[in-house]
Amino acid sequence: MIEISGFTALYIFMLSAFTGYEVISRVPVILHTPMMSGSNFIHGIVLVGAIVVTGGAETGLEQAIGFIAVALAAGNAVGGYVATVRMLEMFNPKDKKGEA
Amino acid sequence: MDIFIQVVYFVAAVLFILGLKKMSSPVTATGGIVWAGIGMVAASLVAFFEPGVFEHTSNVVLIVIAIAMGSGIAYTTAKKVQMTDMPQMIAIYNGMGGGAAAAIAAVELVKMSAENHLVGVVGTAEVVHHLSPTAQILAVIGALIGAVSFSGSAIAFAKLQGIMKKTIRLPMHMMINLGLFVLTIIAGAIIGFSDEVSIQLVLIFFVMALVFGVLFTTPIGGADMPVVISLFNALTGLAVAFEGFVLGNAAMIIAGTVVGSAGTLLTQLMAKAMNRPISNILFASFGSDGGEAAEEDIEGSMKEIQGVDAAIMMAYAEKVIIVPGYGMAVAQAQHKVSELTKLLEARGVKVMFAIHPVAGRMPGHMNVLLAEAGIDYDKILDLDEVNPEFPTADVALVIGANDVVNPVARTNPDSPIYGMPILDADIAKNCIVIKRGKGSGFSGIENHLFYADNTRMLYGDGQKAVGELISGIKEL
Repeated sequence: MIEISGFTALYIFMLSAFTGYEVISRVPVILHTPMMSGSNFIHGIVLVGAIVVTGGAETGLEQAIGFIAVALAAGNAVGGYVATVRMLEMFNPKDKKGEA
Repeated sequence: MDIFIQVVYFVAAVLFILGLKKMSSPVTATGGIVWAGIGMVAASLVAFFEPGVFEHTSNVVLIVIAIAMGSGIAYTTAKKVQMTDMPQMIAIYNGMGGGAAAAIAAVELVKMSAENHLVGVVGTAEVVHHLSPTAQILAVIGALIGAVSFSGSAIAFAKLQGIMKKTIRLPMHMMINLGLFVLTIIAGAIIGFSDEVSIQLVLIFFVMALVFGVLFTTPIGGADMPVVISLFNALTGLAVAFEGFVLGNAAMIIAGTVVGSAGTLLTQLMAKAMNRPISNILFASFGSDGGEAAEEDIEGSMKEIQGVDAAIMMAYAEKVIIVPGYGMAVAQAQHKVSELTKLLEARGVKVMFAIHPVAGRMPGHMNVLLAEAGIDYDKILDLDEVNPEFPTADVALVIGANDVVNPVARTNPDSPIYGMPILDADIAKNCIVIKRGKGSGFSGIENHLFYADNTRMLYGDGQKAVGELISGIKEL
């Protein structure tokens, strides 16, 4: 853990917000759904927090809630990844003739 | 070790942003998700080496079991699900993320209560844990947002999956929502500002937040669900960022905020495509007041056409524009449509696809389905590109689309969809509409296009009807 003071956090928030805005503003409509799925995968990073918090659990109650947090977060990350890959594969020129 | 962990988090954050950037072009998109995936695996692995995690082996075992469970279920469902059902799966995975963020906050808040430590296995009453005041408040806000996203996404899933068919509105729904929201905020404020947290109050707070998420989502019609899912996606990102601050984890703050702002922009783009302000979607229900307003006199009648005749019409056309809608997806007709396209092109007919921004259940959803069926994405045009093409098109073939081709949106100011940009299929020389029955669309509004002089109705299931067209053309 590093110390992140309130103002440092504020700067991180601000810069990240602009980054997210910039990255998505140039996306063609055809990629909106895969993009939503992709960004859905990226907030699966919550898994890291879930692991840390559960690792530090000291009571049964904390362990129980932590368990739920980790299971849900893993579902977010893995489900988001697989769904995004499946969608994006369809835009892959190589596989184009495969299914039809 | 600590430096190593921070370096990995930093690299992961860079990979997420680069990955998202690469995902914004069809050529590099597949690589983009792989990059982000590498970042995710690396960050999750080093998380185990954070101070304190390996202190209790039982916790590590617990974590491993939870990961195996969560990812096992998500992997099998995500692999199995039909492409048409993808939007609701995104909703559910997103809800899980929101729930996880809320649960992280719950653990942090529970740690701050004395009762918890009296019953603790290792702890004693004196080690009540403290967060900085900012962190404590952000933990509560993140918990609220995450819990709302969790239960709201579950409702969105239930609606799109067809488990929950009706839009439920309680009497004085808005007032109840507002009251519940205020109460939740008050409970949250008490928790956020107190030195020692009461577990009972935390429990009440979470129950209220979850119920609020449910009540917030139930009155919103199915047609608006994509916008709502996108909003919840942005909210989950924000919740993750807040919990990232609580845990002092910069990777979570960055990834969460990037998703929060990207998701907000995406939500705006979608609402704009429907020409409805977001507030209108969230606080006024579409389907329920639409029905009565639009029941007016409609001139003309629906004229039926047989598959063979429709096939002849298309085979001798110069330019055909296909307008696919959610009905095509439901009927799984996209592969047949692809076959039809190839037959027509072999005869020298120019074929293009018109995609409304909200066709299907999400922006771009229709494109994904057509790409799956092997249709080139340069033949797929969006609203602004394709509308000038309709006046010179010989045939506009509407497959399972309804509200997005309803001319009422241009002509009748009383209609709930008035002002929504539509595809001008009615301007084409001929219009063939493939439709399962005579009912109205998702929004419950009568479609004047079906009664127009140049429109012919081809009744039947999308796949069967397109099949008839294909055999009709082959016989020529």
